[in-house]
Amino acid sequence: MEPKVHQPSIDPSVLLDALRSVLSPGSVLHEAEQLAPWECDGLSAYRQRPLFVCLPETVEQLQALLRLCHERQVPVVARGAGTGLSGGALPDAEGVLIGLAKFNRILEIDPANRLARVEPGVRNVAVSEASAVHGLYYAPDPSSQIACTIGGNIAENAGGVHCLKYGLTVHNVVAMKVLTMDGTLLELGGGAPDAPGYDLLALMTGSEGLLGIVVEATLRLLPLPASTRVLLAAFDSVSAAATTVGDIIGAGILPAGLELMDRLAIRAAEDYAGAGYPRDAAAILLCELDGDSEELDARMRQVEALATARGATRIDIAVDPAERRRLWAGRKAAFPAMGRIAPDYYCMDGTIPRRRLPEVLEHISEWSREYGLAVANVFHAGDGNLHPLILYDANRPGELERAEEFGGRILELCVQVGGTITGEHGVGVEKLDQMCVQFTDAELEQFRLIKDAFDPHRLLNRGKAVPTLHRCAELGRMHVHAGKLPHPELERF
Amino acid sequence: MDRDLGEHLCQTVRQACETRTPLCIRGGGSKSFYGRTARGEPLGVADHRGIVAYEPTELTITVRCGTPLDEVEAMLTARNQMLAFEPPRHASAATIGGTIACGLSGPRRMYAGSVRDSLLGLRCISGEGRILRFGGAVMKNVAGFDAFRLMAGAMGTLGVLLDATFKVLPRPEHQETRVFECDSTQAIATMNAWASRPLPVSATAWHDGRLYARLEGSADAVNAARRELGGDALDEAQGFWRGLRDHRQSWLSQPDMLWRIALPPATPPLPIVGEWLIEWGGAQRWLRTAMAPKFVREMCARQRGHATVFRGGDREGSVFHPLPVPVMQLHRRLKEAFDPRGILNPQRLYREL
Repeated sequence: MEPKVHQPSIDPSVLLDALRSVLSPGSVLHEAEQLAPWECDGLSAYRQRPLFVCLPETVEQLQALLRLCHERQVPVVARGAGTGLSGGALPDAEGVLIGLAKFNRILEIDPANRLARVEPGVRNVAVSEASAVHGLYYAPDPSSQIACTIGGNIAENAGGVHCLKYGLTVHNVVAMKVLTMDGTLLELGGGAPDAPGYDLLALMTGSEGLLGIVVEATLRLLPLPASTRVLLAAFDSVSAAATTVGDIIGAGILPAGLELMDRLAIRAAEDYAGAGYPRDAAAILLCELDGDSEELDARMRQVEALATARGATRIDIAVDPAERRRLWAGRKAAFPAMGRIAPDYYCMDGTIPRRRLPEVLEHISEWSREYGLAVANVFHAGDGNLHPLILYDANRPGELERAEEFGGRILELCVQVGGTITGEHGVGVEKLDQMCVQFTDAELEQFRLIKDAFDPHRLLNRGKAVPTLHRCAELGRMHVHAGKLPHPELERF
Repeated sequence: MDRDLGEHLCQTVRQACETRTPLCIRGGGSKSFYGRTARGEPLGVADHRGIVAYEPTELTITVRCGTPLDEVEAMLTARNQMLAFEPPRHASAATIGGTIACGLSGPRRMYAGSVRDSLLGLRCISGEGRILRFGGAVMKNVAGFDAFRLMAGAMGTLGVLLDATFKVLPRPEHQETRVFECDSTQAIATMNAWASRPLPVSATAWHDGRLYARLEGSADAVNAARRELGGDALDEAQGFWRGLRDHRQSWLSQPDMLWRIALPPATPPLPIVGEWLIEWGGAQRWLRTAMAPKFVREMCARQRGHATVFRGGDREGSVFHPLPVPVMQLHRRLKEAFDPRGILNPQRLYREL
């Protein structure tokens, strides 16, 4: 099916007047210097200024704004805090960027039902802060949680270090109010489980702003765990650390967090955060357990024994909060730490079946030599989500392109071993080509049909998340020519 | 026994699409009582069965949808793992595909998530006879829309399910059930007070003046929780929870019309005259009443809940809670996107789909 063609016959000055008629004064930004801060999200290699930035304050204003854009066929991109790493909030040159920062109120904490009703511009961490007085918290904790907002978390189906045990955003949102492109308000889900009809809540979550704009969300809160322990184990080889992960899970232990870092990542993080990591280790494993305190001591001893059996060279166990924070500090600083050792880094986000880790890392290090670009590996080991950080220098001609090509090969390898091109960062504008590798034409067509069911004129976040048929066809020809296409006959389930 | 009938089923659907023949998808037939009246030529999928892959250390299992639940669970139990949502089986023929299509979960639902929460990906046949794969076999995957979760509870109206991958969890080492005497108001308050604290409660129920709580976890955790909660021990506890899960329990298994009411869990007892059995910390309540369906639905909607005619009653009427107009419009467009000729389980979920 061909897209319903968008007519780019927008007169900016006429549009500006119309936008001003539905928003408060000062809520429409149009001067070049006003637009500059909005030209990219966390993936700053891609930049684009929109025609205008709109900052509505009420659902009614947003609804009027969408109706207006729908009527005039103006493309729209919604943006939360702009911390996304795949260019999902990259503005449209011919369209309007809608910033949702003013929707920043926590509307209700309902401790009896363990629910928080919030506006989309509320920061992730603020939900847990507001719930703490009731002994509750919001489980998904993406690393950007002090800045990123719930609306963006829903759009990207954000994860975090605790998602093996506590799930992703999709498992923790129970209701939402959504505006579709024509301004229709949909109320989906509810505080009661298993809402009738199709699971539109799940479909909206992770839809990267292509289907609608969330204007309110109800989140599930969990009781704060009785106690928590963190263990650090150092190893002489990455594969010993990876095998230990399988041993822990095979023993019936479900860690709250389980992270693996390789040597380059350890050293950079240690230099940056001084977490006390062993600089000479080939890999470290961080394992967080939570639960009843008596139970935890026994479980920790079990984890310690498993790590020792795989040749752990050092084991630290943190019980008190300060010690635990110190052990986590290095891991949480891993990304900024890269800024110290290289001018730029490109963060990959594939997920693989955990047992394939050693061979995937072997390929990565081989390609690292081939491309002449160093890679540090940070791995959400519990759930198989791999973050290779490719180090490069954008000022050196050709390095960015090499980094991107290298990254593309890593993602295609993830698909080949039975995984996916993106575990938590989303497709955005960044991984459109790899979508053609992960999905068949028929599957991509089905995604387009879903998109059309919500937004038949394809005005919402157009050009993101789902590649066009044309793009995949072009890429297919290119890849076959270059002989790099992973075997199409491979089972990819 | 294990067979892959994917291609064969795909051809059948393609032909039905060409001839606009409505299909009634049938697995084990254990839930044929559920939903609106089935229409169309039967499409048997029970022979498409077998476990495709089971990776205990990855916490994943991939199975063909005609595989009986019993077979899947036996395999998982042997490795001390489980499907956390505790799928009900209304008869031993219950298959994994029917479980997904009906979107039904058991006693652990509010404590470990629902069937859609455990799903990681699936393959299905669209209404035009195309095999589509959504999601995958890994824990975290945000590529493409979550179309696979859309299949959970869709009653087969969006696709014929072929195989599915689930996240599985370690089976708790220890299990124990405590019983308390109280009325339903107290029971709801108590269940919700427990859920607000880090206790190893994995199932709750109230019926006939008795509140039941299942504790699961390590022996240490269960012992500590028992000391804290008190109550009396329940003998035959496994049979008790299985009875609730599979509707073998004597009150649930009676043949007359049974309502399933879903509510925000802490909602006090609804003022509807009838007999009640409460589960899921107050979030799922079974009701037998002589009150009119319209009244029952109004009372539920007022508390932000919804009501399903689970068994019996008028299967040509609104079995599932009616949807608001804009939401139904979207449902129709989605149905059209997956099954443009409307041949898959027509009207099984709603008359309009």
